[in-house]
Amino acid sequence: MKTEQLVASLVADRARSSAPLGRSVVRAVALGSLVSLAIFAVEFGPRVDLAAAFATWRFDLKLVLVLVALFAASGACIALARPLASRSWRRGVAALALVALSGLAIELIMAPSGTWGTRLVGSNALVCLTAIPLFALAPLAGLLLALRRAAPASPALAGAASGALAAAAAATLYAFHCFDDSPLFVLTWYPLAAVPVILLGALLGHRLLRW
Amino acid sequence: MAEPEDLSALMRAARKGDDEAYRRLLVLVAAWLRLVASRGLAAAGRPRADCEDIVQETLLAMHLKRDTWDETQPLQPWLRAIARHKLVDHLRRRGFTDHIDIDDHAETLAAPEAAEEGSALDARQMLAGLPDRQRRIVEGISIEGQSAREVGVRLGLSEGAVRVALHRALRSLAHAYRKGRT
Repeated sequence: MKTEQLVASLVADRARSSAPLGRSVVRAVALGSLVSLAIFAVEFGPRVDLAAAFATWRFDLKLVLVLVALFAASGACIALARPLASRSWRRGVAALALVALSGLAIELIMAPSGTWGTRLVGSNALVCLTAIPLFALAPLAGLLLALRRAAPASPALAGAASGALAAAAAATLYAFHCFDDSPLFVLTWYPLAAVPVILLGALLGHRLLRW
Repeated sequence: MAEPEDLSALMRAARKGDDEAYRRLLVLVAAWLRLVASRGLAAAGRPRADCEDIVQETLLAMHLKRDTWDETQPLQPWLRAIARHKLVDHLRRRGFTDHIDIDDHAETLAAPEAAEEGSALDARQMLAGLPDRQRRIVEGISIEGQSAREVGVRLGLSEGAVRVALHRALRSLAHAYRKGRT
């Protein structure tokens, strides 16, 4: 078959994907998070003092952190799924770093230095380290499926970004269960819980997202 | 050769359903790819015989992945990224791991030189590897120059069914290329 002949078949093929890349990434995270929400509702549930927690700045800051992380990771995931990644996603990551550092600074100023250790260790770090990877599994699976029709310059990197996005979605859910609101805790254990998800995403992406 | 055309505009027109614009774009891109591939092969010390294979594999990838182009960006850097990915991939399958830079001649896009040299033998073998109906649809449209509707009439299928099978066939072809038989 000559290339000119192949062109005729390409022109005749009008199959298009139904949605732009960004929309299918958002949909995959949303659908996967519904599964995780079900696990959350059955096995975990929101913390009992949720209404009171909203009135504290530490809980609110925790929500801001996970939402900014969700936003930043979405941008990274959508950009890195393309053959030529635009660099604008780095702005989201910079914003996340800025919020994190500010939160940390405020906490170090507000909390007496004698309590830093207890705040960092928290009360349920182990639950955090298991729940976030658990909640991340379904969103990660959805993302990797959605990205199979993408064309990432680096499949491993796109997989890692998917892992980060899945972990951010999981952290958003988990934040409503977790009693530890200190930025010292959140900025230590939440990222640690995301590490295995990011590594798993990179590994699977390397295998599944090649094109 | 006519003066360079706005490839981004051609792709936008193609997205809106302008088949002639899409055909024009693919022919221009194929000519440019031929240049990039033959230089890449020469740089890697590989025989030119692989050239048309790379052109076709890359064209298929561009076609199947065209939704990953962001319309707010120019088309050419996106094309270059796909061409680089496919060239590197092709050479890596053949054990060549050095860095290949295609940016040197990236400016020559839409200024094609050599015409196609013969057809890719492997492409015919891969066509033979398709399920019977998919193969007859691709042959009908590509080699006999029929429209999807004409092929449908001949095979007793609706035009929609022909297009679905055609899309599957192109995906199988892309997959077969990626697995690299040689």
